[in-house]
Amino acid sequence: MNQVVKFTIDGIECMAAQGQYIVDAAKENGIYIPTLCNYPGVKPKGSCRICTVKVNGRMMTACTTPVAENMQIENQDNEIIELRKAIIELLFIEGNHFCPACEKSGNCELQALAYRYTMMVPRFPYTFPQRAVDATNPKLIKDQNRCILCKRCIRAIQDEKGRSIFAYHKRSNKVEIGLDPKIGKGLTDELAQKSVDVCPVGALLIRGRGFEQPIGQRKYDKQAIGSDIENM
Amino acid sequence: MSKPIVATTSLAGCFGCHMSVLDIDERILELIDLVDFDKSPVNDIKKFSRTCDIGLIEGGCCNSENVHVLKDFREHCKILVSVGECAIMGGLPAMRNGIPLRECLEEAYLNGPTVQNNKLKLIPNDPEIPILLDKVYPCHEIVKMDYHLPGCPPRADLIWEALIALVTGGEMKLPYEVVKFD
Ligand code: SF4
Ligand code: SF4
Ligand code: FES
Repeated sequence: MNQVVKFTIDGIECMAAQGQYIVDAAKENGIYIPTLCNYPGVKPKGSCRICTVKVNGRMMTACTTPVAENMQIENQDNEIIELRKAIIELLFIEGNHFCPACEKSGNCELQALAYRYTMMVPRFPYTFPQRAVDATNPKLIKDQNRCILCKRCIRAIQDEKGRSIFAYHKRSNKVEIGLDPKIGKGLTDELAQKSVDVCPVGALLIRGRGFEQPIGQRKYDKQAIGSDIENM
Repeated sequence: MSKPIVATTSLAGCFGCHMSVLDIDERILELIDLVDFDKSPVNDIKKFSRTCDIGLIEGGCCNSENVHVLKDFREHCKILVSVGECAIMGGLPAMRNGIPLRECLEEAYLNGPTVQNNKLKLIPNDPEIPILLDKVYPCHEIVKMDYHLPGCPPRADLIWEALIALVTGGEMKLPYEVVKFD
């Protein structure tokens, strides 16, 4: 049997199985730590840093750090909250996020985090990068303007032969998600839908579909992201 | 004591934010008890007649006239508020920011599917017409903006709460449902 460890988050005593990652352990204790690049069932990558917490005073990513006995974790510390806000704002200015015209609006995790942290305006100047929409695939549309390079699609989506469908293209600030043209052609409806669901933002879309739920009925219209965990 | 004075304008916007101001419904009666309006499309006053306390700006800056009006507002208003996504980040007009200006104009006046009867292949270019900027700019990248109210348009409740807080000096209530980007 797994050994149980005791630790605290913002002074609240918690318990979890040893070796569990801090985000998952926190969730079991009804505490929400925001995530973006992390996806249930997929090996954590620790790339977006939104889940940063202080572990015994040191900043660590909660999605890649396992809990240990007597850990003192801070999730609501001012420095942490400021850091998370800055990450959210950077993601908004780094791409082209025209939420009013976005199919994912209301169901988007990045937007939901901005709502949760009450972002009124990013403190950084908008970069308006030139990015393209790739509509060559028969089922999926890829809008690079909204991609936050979380790699969730790369890590979570494989075809029945275990081949990856998505991959990184180019380098540095030109890096983008590529959809394998050959394997992509044979994409099943199911896998296309899964890709869209895996993407936290509106960078992957099903062709010909969008704006299906009216405003007010979408996932994050009335409920803050993470409130389901907190109200468990 | 004289009432606080409010001015409003729509730059590169669609007037949706002004519509949202009207969406405060019967509270508009309360509002006119609380404040006076100066330059605004609501009362059709075209020029500032005095220094204002609050300026509400809808829309970003897409041309020289927008920049001129925005600077005029900064000069005449003690507090300037970016109202809506266009004022905050350029909004839908800024979707042209990735396209060279010439291409935009050629699409609009020469090559677009709805272009008719432009046999001389003219792109309007009269000194009377405000000159387009290379891209659409958020207001806070042109002048200092004091507050930002997101939304497309911002919910009427958000505009109302902000105005009341500014006028009364009270704390602003920000329930989860009112801060939205669409
Ligand atoms: S992906 Fe999310 S943040 Fe980006 S435009 Fe769409 S709704 Fe807004
Ligand atoms: S397409 Fe979506 S899932 Fe893939 S890296 Fe971009 S944001 Fe992440
Ligand atoms: S969720 Fe942990 S680094 Fe992205």
